Amino acid sequence: MSTYGLPPPLLVNGFARDLADSLVVAVNTTVAVAGQLYTYLPGHRILALYVRASYQNDPYRTLLEVGLIVFMVWYVLREKYKPGKKNLELPLSEKEVQELIDEWEPEPLVAPLSDVQRMDLDKAPIINGPSGPKVKLADGKERLNLASYNFLGALNQESTKEKAIAALRKYGVGTCGPCGFYGTIDVHMELEKEIARFMGVQDAIVYSQGFSTIGSVIPAFSKRGDIIVADEGVNFAVQIGLRISRSKVKYFKHNDMADLERVLQQVAREHRAKKNKPLTRRFIVAEGLYIDHGDICPLPEILALKHKYKYRLILDESFSIGVLGNQRGSGVCEHFGIERDGNVDITAATTANSVGAAGGFCCGTREIVEHQRLGGQGYVYSASLPAILAASAIEGIKYIESHPEQLALLRGHATVFRAALRKNLTGGGPPAMVDIEGEECSPVVHIRLIGGGGGDIAAMRSSSSATAAVAAAAAAARAEEDRVLQDVVDEVLRNGVLVTRAKYVEDHDAMIARPRPSIRVALSAAHSRKEVEKAASVVSAALKKVLKARR
Amino acid sequence: MGKGKRAHFDPSRPPLSSADIMSKPDLPHDHTPPALYRPKPEGSPRNQGEHLIEDTPIGVLITTYMSYFFLIVFGHVRDFFGMRFKKAEYKNLLEQNGYAPLSSGFDTFYHRRLYMRIRDVFNRPITGVPGRTVQLLDRESKDFNKTYQFSGKTTEVLNLSSYNYLGFAQSQGPCADAVETTIKKYGVSIGSSRMEVGTLDLHQETEALVARFIGCEDSMIVSMGFATNSTTIPALVHKGCLILSDELNHASLIYGARISGATVRTFKHNDAKDLEVVLRKSIANGQPRTHRPWKKILIIVEGLYSMEGSIVNLPDIVALKNKYKCYLYLDEAHSIGAMGPNGRGICDYFGVDPLEVDVMMGTFTKSFGASGGYIAGRKELIDLLRVHNYSSVHAEAITPPILQQINTSLRIIAGEEGGDEGKTRIAQLARNARFFSAGLRKLGFIVYGDTDSPVVPLLLFHPAKIPAFSREMLKRGIAVVVVGYPATPIITSRVRFCLSAAHTIEDLTYALQVISDIGDEMVLKVSQLRPVADEE
Repeated sequence: MSTYGLPPPLLVNGFARDLADSLVVAVNTTVAVAGQLYTYLPGHRILALYVRASYQNDPYRTLLEVGLIVFMVWYVLREKYKPGKKNLELPLSEKEVQELIDEWEPEPLVAPLSDVQRMDLDKAPIINGPSGPKVKLADGKERLNLASYNFLGALNQESTKEKAIAALRKYGVGTCGPCGFYGTIDVHMELEKEIARFMGVQDAIVYSQGFSTIGSVIPAFSKRGDIIVADEGVNFAVQIGLRISRSKVKYFKHNDMADLERVLQQVAREHRAKKNKPLTRRFIVAEGLYIDHGDICPLPEILALKHKYKYRLILDESFSIGVLGNQRGSGVCEHFGIERDGNVDITAATTANSVGAAGGFCCGTREIVEHQRLGGQGYVYSASLPAILAASAIEGIKYIESHPEQLALLRGHATVFRAALRKNLTGGGPPAMVDIEGEECSPVVHIRLIGGGGGDIAAMRSSSSATAAVAAAAAAARAEEDRVLQDVVDEVLRNGVLVTRAKYVEDHDAMIARPRPSIRVALSAAHSRKEVEKAASVVSAALKKVLKARR
Repeated sequence: MGKGKRAHFDPSRPPLSSADIMSKPDLPHDHTPPALYRPKPEGSPRNQGEHLIEDTPIGVLITTYMSYFFLIVFGHVRDFFGMRFKKAEYKNLLEQNGYAPLSSGFDTFYHRRLYMRIRDVFNRPITGVPGRTVQLLDRESKDFNKTYQFSGKTTEVLNLSSYNYLGFAQSQGPCADAVETTIKKYGVSIGSSRMEVGTLDLHQETEALVARFIGCEDSMIVSMGFATNSTTIPALVHKGCLILSDELNHASLIYGARISGATVRTFKHNDAKDLEVVLRKSIANGQPRTHRPWKKILIIVEGLYSMEGSIVNLPDIVALKNKYKCYLYLDEAHSIGAMGPNGRGICDYFGVDPLEVDVMMGTFTKSFGASGGYIAGRKELIDLLRVHNYSSVHAEAITPPILQQINTSLRIIAGEEGGDEGKTRIAQLARNARFFSAGLRKLGFIVYGDTDSPVVPLLLFHPAKIPAFSREMLKRGIAVVVVGYPATPIITSRVRFCLSAAHTIEDLTYALQVISDIGDEMVLKVSQLRPVADEE
């Protein structure tokens, strides 16, 4: 058989026939061997009979069938084409990789500061000496302090200082370890007991920073797949907790109970629609006194809804402990006359504000607390609270409890300050230039410009119609509002009162909008009625002056 | 405090507090301290790695897995019957009255069935100063570790567990005196965040001091070490950025990386080669799906890994960072103060310029006997962080007494106060670390980590040895930290010794003797390496 040169036509036929014959022989042998193997399988006789019969009738059909089987096996085993998966990642050659690496230009690690950020940085006041109801600033002059969260005046009391020094001489300063590893000191246990008693619950756990507390508490309980329904007005620390939990977070309009019920119903509907869906944990997250708005959460209504829809309630009381309540100042439950145990499942708060120390705590049932001793990240992986601060916190709680008259005084100050502000600004009528936010009796007063229009970029981004130009305009408007308010703060400072704009982080991934710019006044029971009136007149005069100049 | 019985090591001599040792620099030492570390020439690869992580012997491996197998099977059997017959005890794991269980049985299985058995070796409460010795509150449990009863007595034991590297956990001495003065002058707390009205002159002074000590342009102090990491990382990177994180990084770094929204990839522990592979691949491929180039890449490493005792391979990582235009975040939580001839951390140890590292982070909890953390770097970086770090804007400012402790201890370490005391402490810690870790290796234990590390992990492997080791040590008057899963991989449970400048050579000799005895009883001397020869 010639394989060189062009074969003559006759030979091609012969070649094909030879090839077919040899194939037939090969198939024959394969079938024989396979037949041998098949004898070991159940049902092999039928198969063998079938193959033999089909081969007898038409040898080429067997060939076709074998081909089909091979194709089937190849088809099943081959790598599937899936768009967006591996197939897109064509392997790059070493040279291409090097080129890409050479071409890559990263952004600088530090973006230049925006004008508002620069202003924030330059104008942050520096206190010479201790913080308190009155502070001395770097220029040596004394100012009335309406910016620190010293609601009850517990900050830096002599008795606290004495307790702190005693703790220093017994325990040193640092604890040199996390709670799990010989970092739990007897003062911590005493503080936990004291908090539990004060709050009227079974147990409490102490964290070493107030801000990080709620950010550890929420993810300790609410995991992926769980549902959180949160108020839109919660402070930034809570938002961090919501973000890290990886749960499904839904927001309801700030303090709007109808909207809360709407969201709860929606969740219930979604749950019913999916059959065989396991029951997930569900939480409502709210704040006792909203620091970004100055108002109080309608706890009785929230509790009614919570019980009705079977949610657990996580309450951040960082700004309501030592502020709300008539007898002991234990927070929003006392304010509404509601038993905490059995209603509010999880309470978290900081001991840095009214209590006048540092650190934070979470309290609830024994199970809630014990769970965090292994599951609360900020507890497990952080050094424990220094004994000095724990001892100060114990003293701070005692101060709150033993000064119920301060609570009444604080409420009085709040009403007086608001009334004086309104009166000075408008002469009795409705205030025309600014909104004075917050509940009448709340010591947190937000002053916002009317018609500022400085919505947040994040909010703009979330609505689909927003364009880059709109977002930029909104950012510019917000910056302008910030500048005007800072001018007011500066003017107030010149007249002997220290207040601050509420500061927020410009966050890339914020899920909810930053509140509009405001001046935040935090009243304190350590001031006298006269001082509060003076502060109100200074603030309103500054507002009038700056806003008039602006027009 | 005098009521406590003293179950310890040298009955003939009352135990010294760490303060006693530290304020008398001329106290005689039995062994002259060895020469200080010599910073190795920049960029030279160190011949580490070989004895850093020793392989687990196969017999130990099999028996350890078997132990866990039995524990897990028993646990599940108990759960099975418990959930059917003792519903009251399991009510948190069961659906109740339309509420989903608070924690799922699967998630808490480890907690309930393994941890609860040995809970007495963790969270041991103390009183007094966690210095050279520590006073434990005696407690016992009558219901298998569910609750504890305190007898009101205390036991004083040698402390090989606190991160008191330089011995600054003191209630007397220059630091404590300065803190007392500060409490009288400044009070205890501030009641505001740094960016609002929480900045005191003391903050500015201490931050300038920290910057000078680290060798950076500026620094910022945060009131909690954990939060320093968890709130700084999101201020630096965001969506579209890449974080390359060592696989054994601390929880706070992981927390921060998660909130930041950046993509996170890990590389093998302290392996510069693997880091380069991941880097090349990541830069070439860009962001997932869109393949856009990364906005920036941040490499996050720790200076000294507290669970492994390994020192980061900084020269190689700095070289990689410069080669690939990435940024480097160095967490010196354990190494600042404790490493380097001048106590200035890993850069000091290797002789690397601190400005080569973009973000220098550290904590004051450990070597400084205080609390909180810092970020140091270039001025622009710190300026940005002041307005963009969550803690700086929203969290309480660090309090005056803690600041003062940082201030004074830092000045002592830097030699600006107290003459040679800082140098003496650093030298004592270096001597103690080498003496102790070399001693354990010689005895034939499997010890992880670098010989210069003041944290020395000794491998226990079997779950039953975790409580046994801790309880036996306690009986002989030594407090140690034992760690198991999930803080470590399931197989490599360990005990972690933290050395301190406050320990004397007698303390460590006694401890080595005790550990050797227990090691013989528990078959812990399973190292297959030949003992490391003495360098002297």
